[in-house]
Amino acid sequence: MKTRYLIAGLILLSFTSLFVGVSSITPMDLLDWSSEETQIFLISRVPRLVAILLAGAGMSVAGMIMQQLSRNKFVSPTTAGTLDATRLGILVSMLLFTNATLLEQMAISFAFALAGTLLFMQILDRIKFKDAIFIPLVGLMFGNILSSLTTFFAYRSNVIQNMSSWLQGDFSMIMSGRYELLYISVPILVLAYVYANRFTVAGMGEDFSRNLGLNYKFVVNFGLILVALVTVTVVLTVGMIPFLGLIIPNIVSIMKGDNLEKTLPHTALMGAIFLLICDILGRVLIYPYEISISLMVGVIGSGIFLYLLFRRKAYA
Amino acid sequence: MIQVRELSKFYGKKAVVEKVSVNIQRGQITSFIGPNGAGKSTLLSMVSRLLDADTGEVLVDKDDVRKMKSNDFAKRVSILKQSNFMNVRLTVRELVSFGRFPHSKGRLNEEDVRIVDQAIEYMELGDMEDSYLDELSGGQRQRAFISMVIAQDTEYVLLDEPLNNLDMKHSVQIMKILRRLVDELGKTVIIVLHDINFASVYSDRIVALKDGRVVKDGPTEDIINSESLKEIYDMDIPIKQMSNCRICVYFNS
Ligand SMILES: Nc1ncnc2c1ncn2[C@@H]1O[C@H](COP(=O)(O)OP(=O)(O)OP(=O)(O)O)[C@@H](O)[C@H]1O
Ligand SMILES: [Mg+2]
Repeated sequence: MKTRYLIAGLILLSFTSLFVGVSSITPMDLLDWSSEETQIFLISRVPRLVAILLAGAGMSVAGMIMQQLSRNKFVSPTTAGTLDATRLGILVSMLLFTNATLLEQMAISFAFALAGTLLFMQILDRIKFKDAIFIPLVGLMFGNILSSLTTFFAYRSNVIQNMSSWLQGDFSMIMSGRYELLYISVPILVLAYVYANRFTVAGMGEDFSRNLGLNYKFVVNFGLILVALVTVTVVLTVGMIPFLGLIIPNIVSIMKGDNLEKTLPHTALMGAIFLLICDILGRVLIYPYEISISLMVGVIGSGIFLYLLFRRKAYA
Repeated sequence: MIQVRELSKFYGKKAVVEKVSVNIQRGQITSFIGPNGAGKSTLLSMVSRLLDADTGEVLVDKDDVRKMKSNDFAKRVSILKQSNFMNVRLTVRELVSFGRFPHSKGRLNEEDVRIVDQAIEYMELGDMEDSYLDELSGGQRQRAFISMVIAQDTEYVLLDEPLNNLDMKHSVQIMKILRRLVDELGKTVIIVLHDINFASVYSDRIVALKDGRVVKDGPTEDIINSESLKEIYDMDIPIKQMSNCRICVYFNS
């Protein structure tokens, strides 16, 4: 697929997204700057769209970097415990500070996300049995352990209600005021692009990297920091979006290979488009109600994930 | 010149490379031979900094390799390991282009592109340059890796059993290319070979390792004789002279 078509599709879908919703808004309404429609548009629709685009692009690119650095196509924030570690971090920040500011939550959950991911990478290093499918299973188990810890402590301290909003990704609550945290993913995406070649080299393995004069450890750690940052901003603003970081990079890899400098823009675009489609479907399928984004992505995503699994098997 | 001084590597108490000292002259092909487990790969890995030595030092043109910056080192010394597992989906051309990474960090200029073109042409990979590595045969992939190392364009090129997986034609082709790199471009090639006849026909010097020690080190003609080979391999190998080449007939000894 040409990048050109992707961009055209993205613009079309973005437009659709802006004008789909419970209160009907037409482009004509916006001509009146003070109308209620314009207010809704600015306070809810635009932030929602921006959040979807940034979260979709961010999670896909984060997944792509993880797969490259771990040299395993099935490692992603979902399958390496990053998402669960982030939630544990959010819980801890809520327990430590009764009224944690967004920045405090962000800092603590970032530390957890990074530590969780690094821990998983350590486990990965020590596993002798490096079957492509076995490793994400280990990651899922690892994530589940973190997740049960979170649930356990959340129950004990009666914050399970507050936590549940981070259990499921949901764009319907996105309003101006909180989603701005997602803007952090813009400079991160730029940095990821600048480092794309280094990530590709790191993906060739430690010996190749050393032969090419790359500071392997630094690049891997740097990449994981970017991944943790993106994941944290998305979970804090939108919630968990499973599978996105897994399926989009895999599809791009099959179509265009793993030369990140070439595939990163593609991955970001595809991620944004995929999430946008899921969101629009979620909003129109049971109109006037909404299906949450994590459910939509979970259903469509796990289907694609299964397909990828079988496909891998076929030519492994 | 690469000077290896008293280099040792221990795994547990066992020394797999023990106080090895050799000098590798510029502008020559030096072949390392020796039985399985002799320590050849370990030695090459230490020289190329993939592995830390336990004792001793390696000097490249008088510079201690441990003190060189990674990127500078990568412009002077390249290595291709014995087995290369890579599951990054790159095309042949993309892979070879990454050989320029130490020089260009991925932004290829005209000169880089020319060198990449040449490296691809050397390895006769032109008609598969846009194929993905995972769609190639083992030997084709091996040639792509060698092509990448050639594109890296370093003064010293270290190759650990590069003829693995290659058919006769391509083995000969690669040895001839290495000869050209040395004779025409003044490169220095250090290569591990199991087929002593390739070592005999193409190398200037041979270093034989056994049980982690150097047992023979000298010009090719001094090593390729039944006596020395007996010492290295514990086999009686007759030598036949055939039009300038000394061939070791080891198949039924
Ligand atoms: N990581 C390791 N841990 C323990 N022992 C090792 C390790 N790597 C290599 N060895 C041992 O070191 C010795 C030398 O290995 P090396 O790979 O250098 O041999 P080689 O001469 O390259 O052999 P081959 O011709 O089979 O490639 C072997 O006995 C091997 O078992
Ligand atoms: Mg070896």
